[in-house]
Amino acid sequence: MKRLPPQPCERINRKQRLSFKWHGRWYSGFAGDTLASAMLVNDVTPVARSFKYGRRRGIMAAGVEEPNALVTLESGSHHHTPNVRATDAELYEEMQVQAASGVPSLEHDIRAWLKPLHRFMSAGFYYKTFKAPKNWWPWYEKGLRRFSGFSAAPSEPDAEHYDHQYHHADIAVVGAGPAGMAAALAAAQGGARVILLDERPAPGGEMVSDCATDQQARQWFEATRQALETQANVSILTRTTAYALHDYNLLLALERRQDHLALKARNPQHSRQRSHRIRARQVILATGSHERPLLFANNDLSGIMLASAVRRYLHEYAVLCGDEVVIAGNNDSIYVLASELLNAGVRPVVVDSRDSSLDTAALQQRGAVVRTNHAIIEAVGSSRVTAVRIAEIRQTGNRWDIVSLKETLPCNLVALSGGFSPVVHLDCHTGSRPVFSGEFQAFMPACDRPNRFVAGSVNAHPDWAGCRDDGMHAAASALAALALTPSSPAEKPRRKSLGTGPFLYLSHKPDKVFLDMQNDVKASDIAQAIAENYRSIEHIKRYTALGFGTDQGKTGNVNGIAVASAVTGIPMEQIGTTTFRPMYTPVTMGALAGEETGLLYDPQRFTPMQHSHVQAGAQFEVVGQWMRPWYFPQGDEDLHTAVARECQAARQSLAMMDASTLGKIDIQGPDARELLARVYTNAWAKLAPGKCRYGLMCDENGMIIDDGVTACVSDTHFIMTTTTGGAARVYAHLERWHQTEWPELRVCFTSVTDHWSTTAVVGPKARRLMEKICSDIDFSVEAFPFMDWREGTVLGVPARVMRISFSGELSYEINVQANYGRYIWDQVHEIGQAWNITPYGTESMHVLRAEKGYIIVGQDTDGSITPHDAGMGWAVARNKPYPFIGLRSLSRSDTARADRKQLVGLLTADPDTVLPEGCQLVRHPEDSAMLGHVTSSYHSPTLQRSIAMAVVRNGFALQGETIYARPVSGETLPVLIRDTNFYDAGKEQLDGER
Amino acid sequence: MNYSWLGVLKAGLGGNQSWTPAWPDQEPREGYDVVIIGGGGHGLATAYYLARDFPGKKVAVLEKGYIGGGNTGRNTTIVRSNYLWDEAADLYEHALKLWEDLSEELDYNVMFSQRGVYNLGHSLQDMRDIERRVNANQLNGIDAEVVSTTELKQRIPIMETGAHTRYPVLGASFQPRGGVARHDAVAWGFARAAAARGVDIIQNCEVHALDIEAGRIRGLDTSRGYIRAGQVGSVAAGHSSVIAAMAGLRLPLESHPLQAFVSEPMKPVLHTVVMSNGVHGYVSQSDKGDLVIGAGIDSYSGYSQRGSPHLIDHAAAAILQLFPVFSRAKINRQWGGIVDVCPDACPIISPTPVEGLYFNCGWGTGGFKATPGSGHVFAHTIGQDSPHPLALPFHLDRFTTGALIDEHGAAGVAH
Amino acid sequence: MFLITCPYCGEAREEQEFSYAGEALIKRAPLDSSDAEWGDYLFNRNNTKGPTLEQWQHTLGCRKLFMVERNNVTNDILAIKTFESLRSDS
Repeated sequence: MKRLPPQPCERINRKQRLSFKWHGRWYSGFAGDTLASAMLVNDVTPVARSFKYGRRRGIMAAGVEEPNALVTLESGSHHHTPNVRATDAELYEEMQVQAASGVPSLEHDIRAWLKPLHRFMSAGFYYKTFKAPKNWWPWYEKGLRRFSGFSAAPSEPDAEHYDHQYHHADIAVVGAGPAGMAAALAAAQGGARVILLDERPAPGGEMVSDCATDQQARQWFEATRQALETQANVSILTRTTAYALHDYNLLLALERRQDHLALKARNPQHSRQRSHRIRARQVILATGSHERPLLFANNDLSGIMLASAVRRYLHEYAVLCGDEVVIAGNNDSIYVLASELLNAGVRPVVVDSRDSSLDTAALQQRGAVVRTNHAIIEAVGSSRVTAVRIAEIRQTGNRWDIVSLKETLPCNLVALSGGFSPVVHLDCHTGSRPVFSGEFQAFMPACDRPNRFVAGSVNAHPDWAGCRDDGMHAAASALAALALTPSSPAEKPRRKSLGTGPFLYLSHKPDKVFLDMQNDVKASDIAQAIAENYRSIEHIKRYTALGFGTDQGKTGNVNGIAVASAVTGIPMEQIGTTTFRPMYTPVTMGALAGEETGLLYDPQRFTPMQHSHVQAGAQFEVVGQWMRPWYFPQGDEDLHTAVARECQAARQSLAMMDASTLGKIDIQGPDARELLARVYTNAWAKLAPGKCRYGLMCDENGMIIDDGVTACVSDTHFIMTTTTGGAARVYAHLERWHQTEWPELRVCFTSVTDHWSTTAVVGPKARRLMEKICSDIDFSVEAFPFMDWREGTVLGVPARVMRISFSGELSYEINVQANYGRYIWDQVHEIGQAWNITPYGTESMHVLRAEKGYIIVGQDTDGSITPHDAGMGWAVARNKPYPFIGLRSLSRSDTARADRKQLVGLLTADPDTVLPEGCQLVRHPEDSAMLGHVTSSYHSPTLQRSIAMAVVRNGFALQGETIYARPVSGETLPVLIRDTNFYDAGKEQLDGER
Repeated sequence: MNYSWLGVLKAGLGGNQSWTPAWPDQEPREGYDVVIIGGGGHGLATAYYLARDFPGKKVAVLEKGYIGGGNTGRNTTIVRSNYLWDEAADLYEHALKLWEDLSEELDYNVMFSQRGVYNLGHSLQDMRDIERRVNANQLNGIDAEVVSTTELKQRIPIMETGAHTRYPVLGASFQPRGGVARHDAVAWGFARAAAARGVDIIQNCEVHALDIEAGRIRGLDTSRGYIRAGQVGSVAAGHSSVIAAMAGLRLPLESHPLQAFVSEPMKPVLHTVVMSNGVHGYVSQSDKGDLVIGAGIDSYSGYSQRGSPHLIDHAAAAILQLFPVFSRAKINRQWGGIVDVCPDACPIISPTPVEGLYFNCGWGTGGFKATPGSGHVFAHTIGQDSPHPLALPFHLDRFTTGALIDEHGAAGVAH
Repeated sequence: MFLITCPYCGEAREEQEFSYAGEALIKRAPLDSSDAEWGDYLFNRNNTKGPTLEQWQHTLGCRKLFMVERNNVTNDILAIKTFESLRSDS
């Protein structure tokens, strides 16, 4: 190959030479080259090996449809990029490139050595083999996997980052070829806010080649490009591929912001790639079309390319892909290329499968050779094409026959045009099916979803002027849909015809005719699949892997359908296509995730006291989105020691806990009390202002979903607390029932979880401390009994103080406006030093409550536990005027059974043995039938022994009996069933020191 | 024709001209003893086991499109049996045992690859649930172990097990016998084996109405005419409610879109299956080299076979939490299926109030792994007109009595 | 991912702002219903394919629940109704 002298519209910068390394050797190209154009100019071939047979492959296309040229960039580094298409990777300085295929190497591929065996590796052979003896499959699989995949996966963390950007647009135009440019400009001039996207580095699309030879095209292109740049209401995003179009015109597009820059030149502050999410009121798809190759034996040889690719390399990169050229095709576009090659000094042979009436005398005069009613039947060559054999052909009905073998044409480049497939992908992402057109020999976009238009080559316009006019027409339609008027009227243009001939499949050596280059699917595989009754195009795809590659069959699928049609005799329109799904081209995982990586994966919630906890050296536990202090180790204490110390402080002196994460819902209105009665299982009629009550909440299925304490502020005002994890769910639960079932209840809810912070002061000395920090509340047992709350001023801050307890000890929860939370916490901690106040976290909280047998919803219950199962039948008021949510479910035959799994206490025979939580329980030591499992289990520092809670089938009746725990590791242990209240059954601790 | 190396050699020498249909396309007959609605894996398996175990019965499978075109061909192919509750564990373990011999049984390589399945824990509660489930599995005779973070890092070095993620991995359960299989091959293998035993497989045949007289099924109106049927088994997954409505029945099901996606093929990098409910993503690497990743179901019901893109983004983010090295890998293709979700995340394998009409549905996101077991117990339920013992707990009655088998309420298990 | 126009906020917003809240117009069974009737109310759903009437909540907005008639095959939204409108109709 050679680089031609400067071409009129070339996009390379000859002043800037770039070097790149391919398999250990340095090569050079120019700025503006793609990796593929630079490889072509350097005669790098093969660039890849095929997936199944290890065949040598070269570059076939010049864009995203390329099936062969997959490479790995920056292998093994933090910039390791797998499976990059050389044809749309822009060259940058010191690019490190390796082939993505070849086992063990690109030069020597075992799969190619196995050539004599290839005939036994036809479609689906692995379904029929490797299955016996059955225990050999793991070894077979290991061997097969050795050949799988293209690039190695990255092994190092990504050096770069990604982000998302959101847009709203009146009109989004996908593709900045002549149709897209014209549409975007007309739309903008009509007053719409426009986004124009194009996957290439600059607008123009296929028109760049037209500009090289057509003065009028060049003038229009330049004028339009400038007008677009100056139009304030157009955003142009280049290097941006629209990869999915979802319902209601949500367009997703990937912008490659830095991939074209040398590693050294990349700005670490900038994202590598950005996923744009564009909500457009109207979408115009000007996505163009992909050329199809032709079907003949050995059509996969290196040096066989798409005609449009040869044209692009010529005009955009000044690369002549060969100097002995055969152009073959079934449409008029081949003559354009022939003429342009003649301009470049090459005399091509044109092989036209049609009986063309086109006047080619001028071309022939200039030195081209033209053969009509001819086709290539076979290519010759080993590492690359050296000749093609052509034959005269004839079509009878749907069938093609070789009339006579004509000649062998030596060549080093074959340019193919088997017609054009509109890029219908985006149009199909929302469920539309493309429609086959005999006139254009193509599957056309249905474009049957609202607020969507197609224009240009995707709409079968073959020429730039037709595309331009079609774009303007689409813009006028989109503007009309927005009730805007175009600045100039636009007529629907008539399509020019390329005279595309019918699909040509000769069934000559079908086991050498490649359809899907990447997956090595051949015409014979399609025929075999059909013979085996895999006749649906989806079955053909799945059985042969047609279109399963990283190119998703952009060049091969429609040819595959044509072969299936030829084999079955079923017309192509009846066979149809497989489903087009996102992604149009592959999208980096990092770009999908955007900024949701590392700690930003999900928001972290902290209480206002967080900094004090961190300073105190707390270890944290993840509870939903919350980070809660788990325990507060001192020195080198472990969990066990710290918890023992913390619990002891709570039981014997004074401790404190941050209870701010509990959900809090402010409930107000004349019917607030009635609402509580309906959503909680227990009674609420008599709860007076100043009082609190524990509530148990079920779903309509009768299972416990939440619990918590609710305080009565007034007859029309209550504050509900929920579990930390249940807050959002309970809030929505209340709203749903209120708004859909009980709209007559005059009540409203506000989530106030974040408005209040809660410091719990716990222990026998709690009253001492409270008296010191709050003077306007009487803390005496008589004046402020258990389950009461008072409004007062704590340390100068307005507060609601609740005397409730989750530990069995005297305990006050100080609720203040959240901004004072840390102040109160710190002050309590300092003033409490007089009693050696000890902060504790969730672990000690769990131990203290388990000693009292208090449940934790979600730990001791699991969605299959009723209030009765939890031993809390006392909290079920069956005779409320309006039945609470779940009541009816409790009396169903299974739910009402007496021998359900029930929550009980367990004691191990050995007091030092702490059962693992989750441990299963059986009736007799050898049993495997499970009675239940351990839900909570701790060493109780207070009782100096282990305690556990468990759900056990018929557990209430089994109290006093010994059953057995059979943990995953360790021996079977006898355990005694008892009630769950392990500590202070007489509630003597509850009032603390008087 | 038996499939073997010898057959492949012979055919290859003859230019692969001698292959015959894996299953013939049949015109519907006038009537059948049993008609199965739905030519997915479960339906075809049902037909196969009916033909194998009840050889006198004439059986047909009606498929409105092409066989295996529904959820069978749209899932992430994970197979495991480490369910919490006895009833579910027994059913899935029954299936897993059938999987282990399936390639042999069907004379079709379904590529069942027992590469093990990890379920990760990210919170203390997750770890309690893992302990509980592994313990239950072991007592139920199902292989399962609890794996520490250190051990996990040794086995899967590319996994991020440090504390620098939002939801650090605290450990995992592991089922060594779990793995993946080639989903299409399961449908095709069952179809071929069923056809060999006389089952008629009728594609492009959509059921329009059920003919019910005096509370008993008599036949079906289809796009290919009326077909008489002694018994009808509906195995229509996401469309089960549509079939039920033809019988005037309502089922405890909601159909939801479920999405999955695959990366471009890369060299082997992940040799097992990793599932995380905590960050909601699951991933394995296919024998072709793609990373196969499952996302969550859309919260809304629907029959659109496409879900919302933010779920794809979120699943990608979840996988990057676990495997940051995949950041520069590229996603090639995404798709959606329609899953029928039951309130207790367990299937329905049951007779109905209509005599002779049976339903097998409600598998939600977890049906693929049960394919042979589901087909087997459903075949026996139909064949003997009485629920197979393993199917009994999955009777529709449970929604009346309240005896739900709450798999998702209990234990953080993704399906 | 579709757009829903909240009848209270009056704007078309992303589906992600809303929460799906099940089929609409499910009538709560009375306390004296049989186990079968109760089970039918509690679990059975029409699960219709095509146009369906469903409940959505504007969770990240006004938090009001309302009804959406949606073709669940195409995701086309056919109508949006408030519960108030239902009551004034009857």
